[in-house]
Amino acid sequence: MTRAMIEVRSLSKAFGASPVLQALSLDIHAGELLVLVGSSGSGKSTLLRLLNRLLEPDSGTIHLQGEDIRLCAPELLRRRLGYVIQSVGLFPHWTVAENIGAVPQLLGWPKARIRARVDALLALLQLPAAAYAQRYPHELSGGQQQRVGVARALAADPDVLLMDEPFAALDPLTRSSLQQALWEIHARSGKTIVLVTHDIDEALRLGTRLVLLDQGRIVQQGTPQAILRAPANDWVREFVGQGEAGLRLLGLQAVGERMRANERVAGEPIASHCSLREALSLFVSRQVDCLPVANESGQLIGSLHFSDLIGGDR
Amino acid sequence: MKRWRDYRGALLSGAVLLALTLALPYSSALFSSLFPELERPLYLQESFARLLLSHLAIVSASSLIAVSLGMGLGAWASRPHGQAFRPLLDSVLALSQSFPPVAVLAIATPLIGFGEAPALIALVLYGILPVVQGTMAGLASVPATVTEAARGMGFGSRQLLLKVELPLAAPVILAGVRVSVVINIGTAAIASTVGAKTLGLPILVGLSGFNTAYVIQGALLVAGLAIVADQCFEGLARRWPSLPVSA
Repeated sequence: MTRAMIEVRSLSKAFGASPVLQALSLDIHAGELLVLVGSSGSGKSTLLRLLNRLLEPDSGTIHLQGEDIRLCAPELLRRRLGYVIQSVGLFPHWTVAENIGAVPQLLGWPKARIRARVDALLALLQLPAAAYAQRYPHELSGGQQQRVGVARALAADPDVLLMDEPFAALDPLTRSSLQQALWEIHARSGKTIVLVTHDIDEALRLGTRLVLLDQGRIVQQGTPQAILRAPANDWVREFVGQGEAGLRLLGLQAVGERMRANERVAGEPIASHCSLREALSLFVSRQVDCLPVANESGQLIGSLHFSDLIGGDR
Repeated sequence: MKRWRDYRGALLSGAVLLALTLALPYSSALFSSLFPELERPLYLQESFARLLLSHLAIVSASSLIAVSLGMGLGAWASRPHGQAFRPLLDSVLALSQSFPPVAVLAIATPLIGFGEAPALIALVLYGILPVVQGTMAGLASVPATVTEAARGMGFGSRQLLLKVELPLAAPVILAGVRVSVVINIGTAAIASTVGAKTLGLPILVGLSGFNTAYVIQGALLVAGLAIVADQCFEGLARRWPSLPVSA
């Protein structure tokens, strides 16, 4: 088996007398979107800041692509790791294009290459270059600023993208659209992403793997389904929402995965990419026990029965 | 074209000062009517233009030194390894301000003699404090989120200072430099007591010889120069506004 992208081994860190991380070990594999989730004070942000050496551990090691990160100068290490923070921290005296081009400029890329990269990233984050490249950060909305923040972190094509509660300060609609954008970027680029959040819904929606942290220790790790189905202890059960675990499970699966193909029923159809949670909502609000399912172009492709919601995985 | 508008005040006051300097040698009729009791109502030992130029030279030299030293000290005291010296620096600078300029000149002359050198030392000492304070306040005003993001992206401390912190602190630093230079223009007049050739010369000669006309002539030009300098900084400050920081 090949080595993990990042290997964390018995990492400990204390601030003063209070331990923040306690002998934590973790493998982060190439291409996964790992979500570190926990309540505040669980050590999740500290772990992230240890990864790019904004903090130094008291003991333990971190290897990035097999290389001990202590052997790499902090500045050079950080240019290999994209970093996005909740408060964005765009440079107010630079345009959007200059902000995004910051790391490539530090790396000494030629101007033409930086320009091409900036344009590509603006397109990737759905900010048309013609309208946004020459604006200043204060002329953008919070969501647009964080889009630029993500683009800036991706600029030099880093090995790993580190994100510290990147969407926590945004309103629910904007947050949702940025989560979608991040999900698409991950799906398309296969980039290794480590995201820190306290929002379990965000973690379930985005993560290919979740690591639940409490008081500096890993309580449970696994896929969203695994954690929802089999919480390791009461703390996890409470954290993932005792009463809502079932609903959250439904939220993880698309209608298309559970529908009965080739069965046609009458009525207003539901799109196949909607989650089962949305389907449940429709069953209840329309007071029906069967919904037709349509694909993206509106064609009927099957149906979903109320009882299908409780069926096991197929 | 907007550039012109920002410096309108500077150009206007500059033109007035130039006209004043050139017109003063021809104003003996005016001053003799104002002060009929004076035998020589117009200062003629040195030309006003020459005094203005040498005043300007000594202010430029001392301000250049004060600004470079002040910014260096201020930046250094804002770095983690300089933080410990900050209280010391504060008290040393405050102490240096509490000496009257004449006292500094009086102490400096026996050590290095008369002329421009003791004047430069006194002016640098006085000009340095506002620059240090402006630099420290400016750097402290840079939002922590911006420096955190920059460090996380891989800016070295030098790049962080030059590309991010100083540009963002610039408006506050500029305000400190402005105070320093304007104070220096006034203090430079006193430097004439140790033999530096400045616009203070007519004032001193006038004071010791009970010649009010000389005092007015010198003071008029010193004040004019201070206004011109202040207007130049006003224009600079407009070209260099502090940027709104996004949340």
